[in-house]
Amino acid sequence: MRQRLRAIWDSRELLTYLVTADIKIKYKGTALGVMWSMVAPALSIGVYFLVFQVILKNGVPDYVVMLWAGMLVWTFFSAVVVNGTGIVVQRAGIVKKVAFPREILALSTVGTALVYFFLQFIVLGLLMAVLGHAPAWGDFWLLPLAFLGLLLLASALGILLSAVNVYFRDMQHLVEVGIFLWFWLTPVVYSFERTVAPMLGARDLTWIYFLNPITPVVLTFQRVLYGDTVVTATTPDHAMLNVLPNWSALHYALLNGVLIAVSGAALVVAIRIFGRLQGNFSEEL
Amino acid sequence: MTFVVEVQNVDKHFRLHKQRHKSLKDRVLHPGQGSFTDLHVLQDVSFNVGAGETVGVLGRNGSGKSTLLKCICGVLQPTSGQILVRGELAGLLELGAGFQPELSGRDNIYLSASMLGLSRRKVDGLIDEIVEFSELEKFIDSPVKFFSSGMYVRLGFAVAVTANPDVLVVDEVLAVGDERFQAKCMDRIRQFQADGRTILLVSHNADQVRALCDRAVVLEKGRLVADAPAGEAVRVFREHLLGGATVSKETNQLDSGVVIESMRGSNGSFTAQTGKRFEFEVIVNSKVPVEGSFMMELYSQAGKLVVRTDPTQTPVSLSPGIQTLSVAIEDLPLLDGSYQVNLGLVSAEGNTVIAWREQIAALEVSYDGRGAGLVALRLNVH
Repeated sequence: MRQRLRAIWDSRELLTYLVTADIKIKYKGTALGVMWSMVAPALSIGVYFLVFQVILKNGVPDYVVMLWAGMLVWTFFSAVVVNGTGIVVQRAGIVKKVAFPREILALSTVGTALVYFFLQFIVLGLLMAVLGHAPAWGDFWLLPLAFLGLLLLASALGILLSAVNVYFRDMQHLVEVGIFLWFWLTPVVYSFERTVAPMLGARDLTWIYFLNPITPVVLTFQRVLYGDTVVTATTPDHAMLNVLPNWSALHYALLNGVLIAVSGAALVVAIRIFGRLQGNFSEEL
Repeated sequence: MTFVVEVQNVDKHFRLHKQRHKSLKDRVLHPGQGSFTDLHVLQDVSFNVGAGETVGVLGRNGSGKSTLLKCICGVLQPTSGQILVRGELAGLLELGAGFQPELSGRDNIYLSASMLGLSRRKVDGLIDEIVEFSELEKFIDSPVKFFSSGMYVRLGFAVAVTANPDVLVVDEVLAVGDERFQAKCMDRIRQFQADGRTILLVSHNADQVRALCDRAVVLEKGRLVADAPAGEAVRVFREHLLGGATVSKETNQLDSGVVIESMRGSNGSFTAQTGKRFEFEVIVNSKVPVEGSFMMELYSQAGKLVVRTDPTQTPVSLSPGIQTLSVAIEDLPLLDGSYQVNLGLVSAEGNTVIAWREQIAALEVSYDGRGAGLVALRLNVH
């Protein structure tokens, strides 16, 4: 295990080359360049905004900030899982001819998603500045904590699935379907506190919802970036809306701490399994 | 001597799937692994490569030599057995593997060098040398997708040799570019040798192995059948393997029913004089009638091929039994020295070996003139 981690660490330069090559190739010769990476998430945010705010009138002020905060997390996670699953099969040419720690391939999708994540983060910052919407500065320290959990979890899944997909090619398609379902189990476009919490809370089943490890990350991002837990609706009745759980920062920290521990363990297991499976990669590709 | 590469009892099995079940439906409907045959590609292969040695791996197609190399490079894992590599190893299983077509030549140098384990700083220092060696100065900043296949492999080769690994593993990749560039690659390999680095060279080109390697191992059907000095290994390779006939276990000879017993000079020795006629006899023991051609090779002491005769000019036809072929070299055009003689019987077109003897004799040529070199050139000056 230590040996594997050391080999991965030694290949970190290769990792940066793979990531830059990936991004360079993807947007080579395009007028918008890397800004294209913004288009898909921006479009889905636009659509959700239209449906939930304009048509369904959910009445959440600055709903776009809340949406964006959640989408930030989700876009990163789904990109790593979906692209990671296919990466080893996709790069069969290198895998069969060059020896290097193959985990690097899965990690390169993490790296690429990371770049896009920061771009989207910056754009969200600009958007918030324009809207004059301040984040909860005091709780900002929760963000890196939540992101670490997300990073570990996404890496673990990416590494595991990339290896499994070599032997079981259905994985790619299963993941695409699964990630779609997963999205709707995560409180990105709808508010956890307003919709899910009352329903599950009444039956003491809230814990089921938190089996989804992305939920605490999304909630933390929304809590920090959106800031308010209770808002006045923009609908004519001006009702008070509980959009986010009214937990203390410590509660959030605890949730994310659990996620980090679980994801860290998952990553270790994933690298173990990957190490087992990678021996026969070049035969199976 | 310290060993840089140690291959210990390596076995490699492949599962050859007739019908691979990779989808969920198939897995559910046909539990178990589907039908496959077990392919034993490497069987109990062991050999060592010492520091500074150049070792060739000879074998026919399908003998497992590329699999062995992939195991050494770490692309494949042996089913059992162990492979130890000390120092940095660069494997050239395929030139330009891992190049990204959309990226420029320069970016690809960094990318593939880092796959070979070179740090960015090291590449910064080497990049001019790499570009110069590949002779692609003008094109280095354009995407490699516009490169010709020759330019592509030249760049790949340049990166790999400039990387200066402790062990260079080369798989049939020395036939790069035009003849001039090939010569340059060869020089580079020789320089590599002179630097005391280790090379493992896979080839089915016996001449190349003889020219470059100190030692060679011969693989046949996944088994190591020889581990010997290059000349001796080439002999085994030629005698036992080239014909495509099976090697009989008892005699270790080609099972074509034709054996070259011996060769003797007409005067009882193998001394000849430059410019004179040299006669010799070849005794062939054949169980079957032979319709083919006689072929002869002479090698200089440096291991360089001096001549391989054209078999279409020397047809022979033998009836079963012990037969004697009388052969004469007219006006022997070689200068003094000792020449290794290989000879054999091949099919009429020279494609298949019927019987072959490697290093059957050494031909001593004496010369009383003052010329130097390999061949006697008769000049007419007026």
